[in-house]
Amino acid sequence: MIPDLGYIALGFAFGTAVYAAVAAWYGHRTDQPRWVESARNATIITLPLVALACFLLIVSLLRSDFSVEYVWRVSSRGMPDYLKVTALWGGQAGSLLFWNFLLAVFTAAAMMRNWRRQRELMAYAIMVASFTQIFFLGLSLFIENPFTRLAFVPPDGNGLNPLLRHPGMIIHPPMLYLGFVGFTIPYAFGMAALMSGKLDDTWIRLTRRWTLVAWLFLSLGLILGGRWAYDVLGWGGYWAWDPVENASFMPWLAGTAFLHSVMIQEKRDMFKMWNMSLIVLTYCLVISGTFIVRSGVISSVHSFAQSAIGPLFFGFIAIMFVFSVYWLSKRHEALKSENHLNSFLSREAAFLYNNFLILAILAVVFLFTYYPIFSELITGEKGFVGPPVYEQATGPLFGVLVLLMGVAPLTMWYRTSAQRIGMGVRWPALAALIFIGVLIVLGIRDWRALLGLWIVSFAAILTLLEFWKGTRGRMKAKGEPPWTAFATLMGRNRRRYGGYWIHMGVIVMAFGIIGMELFQEQTQIRLTVGDTLSLGRYEMQFLGATRFPGPDDLLITQATVDVYDNGRYVGQYYPRTELYTRTNQPMTIPDARSTISEDFYILMINWEPTSSDQATFRVYLNPLVNWVWAGGIIFVIGTLIAAWPDRKEELVTVSRPHQTVLAGGD
Amino acid sequence: MKDRLRITDYGLPITDYRLRITFCGLLLTLLFFTAGVVVAQTGEVTDDEVNAVAKDLFCPVCESTPLDVCPTKACADWRELIRTQLAEGKTRTEIHDYFARQYGDGVLADPPKRGFSLILWALPVIGVAIGGVLFVRYVRNLRREGDVVAATAVVPANPSPASAASVPQPATPLEASGDYVSRVEEELLARK
Repeated sequence: MIPDLGYIALGFAFGTAVYAAVAAWYGHRTDQPRWVESARNATIITLPLVALACFLLIVSLLRSDFSVEYVWRVSSRGMPDYLKVTALWGGQAGSLLFWNFLLAVFTAAAMMRNWRRQRELMAYAIMVASFTQIFFLGLSLFIENPFTRLAFVPPDGNGLNPLLRHPGMIIHPPMLYLGFVGFTIPYAFGMAALMSGKLDDTWIRLTRRWTLVAWLFLSLGLILGGRWAYDVLGWGGYWAWDPVENASFMPWLAGTAFLHSVMIQEKRDMFKMWNMSLIVLTYCLVISGTFIVRSGVISSVHSFAQSAIGPLFFGFIAIMFVFSVYWLSKRHEALKSENHLNSFLSREAAFLYNNFLILAILAVVFLFTYYPIFSELITGEKGFVGPPVYEQATGPLFGVLVLLMGVAPLTMWYRTSAQRIGMGVRWPALAALIFIGVLIVLGIRDWRALLGLWIVSFAAILTLLEFWKGTRGRMKAKGEPPWTAFATLMGRNRRRYGGYWIHMGVIVMAFGIIGMELFQEQTQIRLTVGDTLSLGRYEMQFLGATRFPGPDDLLITQATVDVYDNGRYVGQYYPRTELYTRTNQPMTIPDARSTISEDFYILMINWEPTSSDQATFRVYLNPLVNWVWAGGIIFVIGTLIAAWPDRKEELVTVSRPHQTVLAGGD
Repeated sequence: MKDRLRITDYGLPITDYRLRITFCGLLLTLLFFTAGVVVAQTGEVTDDEVNAVAKDLFCPVCESTPLDVCPTKACADWRELIRTQLAEGKTRTEIHDYFARQYGDGVLADPPKRGFSLILWALPVIGVAIGGVLFVRYVRNLRREGDVVAATAVVPANPSPASAASVPQPATPLEASGDYVSRVEEELLARK
């Protein structure tokens, strides 16, 4: 009964989405605003319908209704309730439904929030957003229906994929999906601007915050995904250039380029075509990213989501791409700018270099990620590109990008003299050089590390100076005490200083990444109870292992080890292996002595038979890895500062709608 | 000093320079040979040595997981194979070549620079070159036109009426408005 209701709700949602698209088109064509209004209401009503379908699927999961194939596939009676809820996105059909739900949320929110501002764009925005929704609802309804019944009722289900039973996995996919889905809104408004011919930067101002929010979630998804890999996958790292990771990294890159280049359009009214192309690119990468994750076309560790929906996705991407390119070329002339670049040393030029670098990284990642497909299509042999190649290719580009990130804030719009930039970078460059000198004295000799650390510390000093200059400016002008000055500085120009926060986050992460990439150490050895191993300053003694059953079908083998740092006892740690007996899937869960300077990361490897008095351990020394997480937190705070809704702006906009364009501050 | 080094110390009255070299060569060869035999007989290959080779191999079954951390049975067998080969005295490259021959180039983390995989190196280089040329040409064009505009107008970059309404343009070019700090101050005051 409940699954049938869910089926019906999904069907109705599909109906309302189709209606919204058709009504918007018809209303716009015949110039009848009430039809467009009706279309808007239809997009809003899609939300509760999809939400109901999600809710009913969750109820089925909680009730362990194994007559539903999806419930049987991803859950089991013994699973705790919170896992039954999160099993909503634990498999193909469920995650597509969840995707639909999030898209409906974003669309409805955009309709309610932006409705009054730009009526001309709305009809088109509804059409584009609804078309995306129709595609995904269609997939949910006709191809991957989560409410499909089994012919018989099995006594128990398969249980959730063990990899997905980790707390990190509970929030990682929703964040990533939110990020993916969120980019549909700026795309819809961008296309609306193209189709309506209303090509000023209204669409950018309208969607700036949507873009930032989508980008925030995508960043969060990436960071949490890294943390999850570090905590669960048991290979001592957080990023492996896996196709699925790349699939979410690529739209993030395109979105990052977009967020930077829109500033040129807002300030200088240039690069309209470029910005349109970037949002189209981001959207296409989002859809193809979903496609990679969902179809398993490039097999990966995430291949639990495989299915045969590939061709449909491919068709959809092709349609959207051709559609976008058609409108881009149609409006090509109108998108030309009357303004010009005045100097290679200017803020707008700096943004351009930023775009060039980011797109170069994107192109490399794209080529390497899709290489297996190209290779298989052309040579018949499945090729593969491993992390070392990615690192060689993107490392230098990232280096230049961070360098630019430090220097760019010194540039000004229109033009900046070389002397001014020279004056600005002189002392920070020297200070960073002294820092490197200290590192050399301390014994670091790897030139890549030294160069990387110089760049990162140089950028760090420059970015911190930006905060200092702004704060001092306020202190002088307003006579405010430092903290008030700093806080008001943030509050008054949130976009700029939020941006610098984000830069700081990236810099802190970069320190961590350099530490991990170039100074990670590891060793693997078989120990008998009482034996010790040592790595760097650390020593570890194996005290024994026990085996006991965990919740559901879990069998845990847990080792107890004592860890000594420089001979000083620092605590007992419990690395373990988990075996889900039903699916016979093993997992290696690490434990780590975690400090600000490094992690001593311990794995008890289960790929060799372990008896109770012997075990093979693999330990890593992960220098500065916690800087990656700390940087991630700073990054997210910065994005929140930049994206937080502006009350003043809303008031101005609502009371004087015709002056919307004026309302958005920098 | 060198002449003092005399092999007669070993009871062999050799004075011929060339003979001495030959002797040393023989001695070295013998040394290497015996050392090799000794290692092969007693030296146990450590997990670290196996992992160092396995790290840059990817098994074709569980793609995207490096061989050194892959938990499957198949991969464990492969690691044992590496161990055996290392014990036989094979080098890292030889073992990688062996796996590539057996299972295709797809198992190598670092694809060999031959055949189709050359595009991995060629495309980025070509792409960056083309991109760079286009970029520079584009920017140059913009700049040349920009200079014309700048020469004819007092304020650089004449904004269109639409954008003049949306973006308040500074009355003077920013460059002329004092140093950076005072610019920040001005901006902040203006926002107040």
